[in-house]
Amino acid sequence: MLLNWNVLGATLLAFSLLHSNTQAAGGKLSLTGSSTVAPLALEIAKRFEEKNPGVRIDVQTGGSSRGVNDARAGLADIGLVSRALKADENDLQSHTIAQDGIAVIVHKSNPVKALTSAQIIDIYTGKVQNWNQVGGKDQKITVVNKAEGRSTLELFTQFFKLKNSDIKAQAVIGDNQQGIKTVAGNPGAIAYVSIGTAEFEEENGSPIKLLVMDGVVPNTAAVASGKFPLSRPLNLVVRKDATGPAAALSKQFIDFARSSQVIDLVKEQYFVPVNAAIVVLNVPLANPGQR
Amino acid sequence: MFRSLTLASADQRLQAVLLALTLLTTSIIGLIVLFVFAQAYPVLDSSVWGFFDLRQPWYPLEGQRGMVPMIAASVLTTLGAIVLALPLGIASALFAQYYGHPVLVRPYRWVVGLLAGVPSVVYGFWGLTVLVPLIAAYQAPGASLIAGVLILTLMILPTVALTAEAAFMAVPPATLQAAHALGMKKSAITLRVLLPAAKKGLIAGTILATARALGETMALLMVTGNVVQMPQSIFDPVRTLTANIALEMAYAMGDHRAALFFSGLVLTALVIALTLAAHRQEGQR
Repeated sequence: MLLNWNVLGATLLAFSLLHSNTQAAGGKLSLTGSSTVAPLALEIAKRFEEKNPGVRIDVQTGGSSRGVNDARAGLADIGLVSRALKADENDLQSHTIAQDGIAVIVHKSNPVKALTSAQIIDIYTGKVQNWNQVGGKDQKITVVNKAEGRSTLELFTQFFKLKNSDIKAQAVIGDNQQGIKTVAGNPGAIAYVSIGTAEFEEENGSPIKLLVMDGVVPNTAAVASGKFPLSRPLNLVVRKDATGPAAALSKQFIDFARSSQVIDLVKEQYFVPVNAAIVVLNVPLANPGQR
Repeated sequence: MFRSLTLASADQRLQAVLLALTLLTTSIIGLIVLFVFAQAYPVLDSSVWGFFDLRQPWYPLEGQRGMVPMIAASVLTTLGAIVLALPLGIASALFAQYYGHPVLVRPYRWVVGLLAGVPSVVYGFWGLTVLVPLIAAYQAPGASLIAGVLILTLMILPTVALTAEAAFMAVPPATLQAAHALGMKKSAITLRVLLPAAKKGLIAGTILATARALGETMALLMVTGNVVQMPQSIFDPVRTLTANIALEMAYAMGDHRAALFFSGLVLTALVIALTLAAHRQEGQR
């Protein structure tokens, strides 16, 4: 017991010494926004804090719209936004740290290998309700949709020019994992999830299949090359007119988040690094789970 | 009776501490309700009736926010689970208390205790990977009202069984001995004497189980399919109020967020109504 207290005391002493030495380089950053970007931002922030002792970075989620609003209002130093900025958001500057794509998935036993955009729209709006209408076997389609407010839903509906209320779903899910489990357990299901996650799960034996969409094979390499239509940038956004020490630290963080020092973190989250497109194209992407 | 006259100073101090702790406990609950109310305030205007408009679907981002189907889903899953769990739980408690051989009863109690301790997300995961595919094989899509009812039944079964056993234990042995002395058969004693005598405890246990079922979130979120609609059959997917809050809260802003807090208020009101009904029931006896 005594020994423990001594060790604790020494640790505290060492810690406080270390802390006072690096106090000069300290600072605080707050990041809020997209729940897709937040886990990645959190990992990058941890590594940034390790490299810059004394810096504290606070990451909170709340959706891309919150990221835009908070960055604008100065409530956050950096907004996390999982889409390209809109025209009326040109007071903000966006910095892409990764790309994410959305793949349409079905059960492995489903003979359908590819769908066109028009067919996907017909399925999601309930015009097509049986797989035999799109070249499959006689089986009822279970349409899986995402819950309101998710950025994947936003990208999906925008891309196919649908409103959420146009979609006739038989199941609504929260995160990608739930989507994969739902499709794996229902041979007639169709869902859309993050490509990286789907690729990883398929390689690891989940009975799911990524569909070829409009002739493009869905994989992270296609996202990296820009060929895959259903993809989105993951952005850090800051106010263009921001000044002061926090703005300088923000810039430092953004540069770090776009550097090669965090490529492993980006791949761990099944995203496609922005500055590593060439590497990804030449070397088949390693199984993200083994990293 | 003597309390106010003969309190020693140590007792007085203890009383003060207990009073402070009691106030703290109750005020936290009060503060939570107040907070939920404040968060829901932006939608508590004349448009509040839109929430109960049967013609409105739930598309909060498109200004449509009818939540009756979700209230119905919460009530239906809970009701279904109670209807299934009550006879099962009471029967197993009777068996354990009066009929079962100790060799069987001991592992039974152990299993029930274990069932009570399994985290709800584990039930949900099991439901999603085992139960839902089974139902889907019979009738697609699998994730449905019936899947929610079955999972909930499993979750509240230990509560019902354990409280029922406690209720039976609370029945004075003399009552049962008297019935026996009158020459009543064991089955008649059970049905005519034991069950009525334990009624109060059984009702209390049922209400505890109902409250748990109403508030259950994670497991239901994983197995009910979460489509906001009035179910036409037990194989239709539904979304409960709790699942709706869990699905959308992290992504909601402005009025959407306030609407979710409002659904929290509705849920709280349901539970309060239930508790009041329970008190009333007790008062009648």
